[in-house]
Amino acid sequence: MTLSEESAQAPSVVVEDLPDSVEVATEEGRRMAAQLHDKQPHAKRLLEVRNLTTQFFTREGVVHAVDEVSFDLDYGETLGLVGESGCGKSVTALSLVRLVPSPPGRIVSGQIIFDGVDILKLSNAEMRLMRGKKIGFIFQDPMTSLNPTLPIGFQISESAKLHLNLSRRAADDRAVELLSKVGIPRARDRMKDYPHQFSGGMRQRVMIAIALACDPMLLLADEPTTALDVTIQAQILDLIRSLSEEFGTAVILITHDLGIAAGMCHRVNVMYAGRIAETGLVDDVFEHARHPYSWGLMDSLPRLTDARSARLRTIEGLPPDLLDPGPECRFSPRCHYVTDRCRTAEPELSSREGEGHLARCFGTEPGGWIA
Amino acid sequence: MTMERELDTRTAGPAREAPVSGDELVKVENLKVYFPIHSGLFQREVGHVRAVDDISFTIRRGETFGLVGESGCGKSTTGRATIRLRVPTAGTVGFDGHDLSTLKSDDLRRLRRRMQIIFQDPYSSLNPRMTVDSIISEPLETHGLGSKGSRSGRVSELLELVGLNPNYANRYPHEFSGGQRQRIGVARALAVEPEFIVCDEPISALDVSIQAQVLNLLIELREKFGLTYLFIAHDLSVVRHISDRVAVMYLGKIVEIGEPDTVYAAPGHPYTRALLSAVPIPDPKLERKRRRVILTGDVPSPANPPTGCRFHTRCWLYEKLGRPEVCTTEDPPLRVLAPEHQAACHFAEESLRSDVGVAHPEQAPQEPASIAAAPAAS
Repeated sequence: MTLSEESAQAPSVVVEDLPDSVEVATEEGRRMAAQLHDKQPHAKRLLEVRNLTTQFFTREGVVHAVDEVSFDLDYGETLGLVGESGCGKSVTALSLVRLVPSPPGRIVSGQIIFDGVDILKLSNAEMRLMRGKKIGFIFQDPMTSLNPTLPIGFQISESAKLHLNLSRRAADDRAVELLSKVGIPRARDRMKDYPHQFSGGMRQRVMIAIALACDPMLLLADEPTTALDVTIQAQILDLIRSLSEEFGTAVILITHDLGIAAGMCHRVNVMYAGRIAETGLVDDVFEHARHPYSWGLMDSLPRLTDARSARLRTIEGLPPDLLDPGPECRFSPRCHYVTDRCRTAEPELSSREGEGHLARCFGTEPGGWIA
Repeated sequence: MTMERELDTRTAGPAREAPVSGDELVKVENLKVYFPIHSGLFQREVGHVRAVDDISFTIRRGETFGLVGESGCGKSTTGRATIRLRVPTAGTVGFDGHDLSTLKSDDLRRLRRRMQIIFQDPYSSLNPRMTVDSIISEPLETHGLGSKGSRSGRVSELLELVGLNPNYANRYPHEFSGGQRQRIGVARALAVEPEFIVCDEPISALDVSIQAQVLNLLIELREKFGLTYLFIAHDLSVVRHISDRVAVMYLGKIVEIGEPDTVYAAPGHPYTRALLSAVPIPDPKLERKRRRVILTGDVPSPANPPTGCRFHTRCWLYEKLGRPEVCTTEDPPLRVLAPEHQAACHFAEESLRSDVGVAHPEQAPQEPASIAAAPAAS
């Protein structure tokens, strides 16, 4: 019997020693929740995503935002999701923690196994115990993701009180410790300050402190530095890198900046139009890319190391409409190497040279027409 | 105020009529733009934000002049002041020999036809209630160019020029993607056949593959019409790609100026070096080898900038040299380090010699930098 069925059948009882905001439905639910809190890894891999499909049901029709996406993440590994806006990288991350805005969004099918637990089968209450406790988040805009009416100390200690069952004093101490860990000077004095009293970079540090408050196993960072200046970006990336090494936290880093992915990630998924176009170790994807879209992305960047003022290669046209993607390869309308085969069927992800290196392209398959 | 008058008397006479020497199209001298801070019950002026604080530069005809810096460094304000969308607090802006600050409104309008601007946000810079046709033909009407009939032909021509279908002229901005909207913005700027265009972060709001399309378009148009650009951006690699000369700004001041190959290969200002080292490079092997300067702290407030060199509060070189007193007491002027290369640092030679943050590690010495430099990744 699955978890959610169990908790749905048993009558609900109020559990006193947890704050009201957490509904743990039953004794059974509590036991399962306690199991979720267990630090011991249950599985070889931290995260296995299989055929994840998330769609948005809009008035115009069904938007296939994430389509049959599968990938793995090891303990302590940093995975990059790269691609342009609308490619499905953020929706993939939101699906992992079941925060896809619903309606209109819905995870239609697939499996997400996180540390041995099937996330899509958890009850809402169990899912809430997972978020913040085992999975921390950092979003793009730290001003809109912090509550402007609450002091930051409260916002950091909140999840420590909730998930770690700490007393108020202990939770406050933990918040101070975290604040100094993320490089905020005079941490204890600043506990009572509100978000508007911090600069953009400092707010993002506060977000990281909140995300790490319960020592999560996975950190989801959705464009964590896009709103920041380049010198502040370097500070924040450095912080994420060193904290993830110190605590062994796995990171899924969503970014449109290939430079950031190159410097931060072990593995990279290149996404295009709701699908993974290419995946592999960062060196394989950057140096031996085997998908025309990956080439296009990399060639269209002016680099500090290139000869200047050569014409940039571009990807002509626009990404396809995800309302009604046809049976063809989704990149085919913009691809230089397109053939009739690409216009009639979509290739599967298939192996290329390098560990776990996969690409979705007929042309670069063995015997394909692209060298 | 006294300063303003002083500057006026200095430049009002000869500089107004006589063309600025040779091929200089834009000449900015001692430009200051301050914004008043009001406070209290009566909204009394309590201070100034020194957005742009005494900068000078020239832009030659046909040249692309890049202006880089972080948010709040004054680069956009500088861009607007050069075409007098902002009235300078002090200093002069010369355009083809005319002093913009002393021109009467009619003369100014005539001159404005020759200078245009492309804005950062292609969403808020196009009026959603106007069709593309009326957006692009508005500047033509304003300047009384062409007849009503000839204007629509001109609009089609312009749309084609920027790579849009001329049949789209009757559509509204919301029917276009971000990249296409930016093309409309470019067409609007080109409508009056300007000589000088201020590009204020024209590609920052666009996706990577679309950025390259718009950047290529700007370069094509520059070559086709011999345009002069002031190209403002925070992305150092984009500025390097398009510019003939680059100026780096920090807290309202130009700290370094020179040709991109010189400035990027051997920065004379420690801030430029830190900025360069912070740019992620899409090459995993290089990223792992690079040495980076992580600047501590935030940019200080331009309302109350630090004494002496404005960068000394975050400067890694200042720390490395044992906090020399001169950095806290004297504001370093721009110094010539080589022909076409100037930097405003008391210890520019030290920065030139350093190997911190350069993008070509093969050119750098092998032993690790002694201070403030950390490996990019382990």
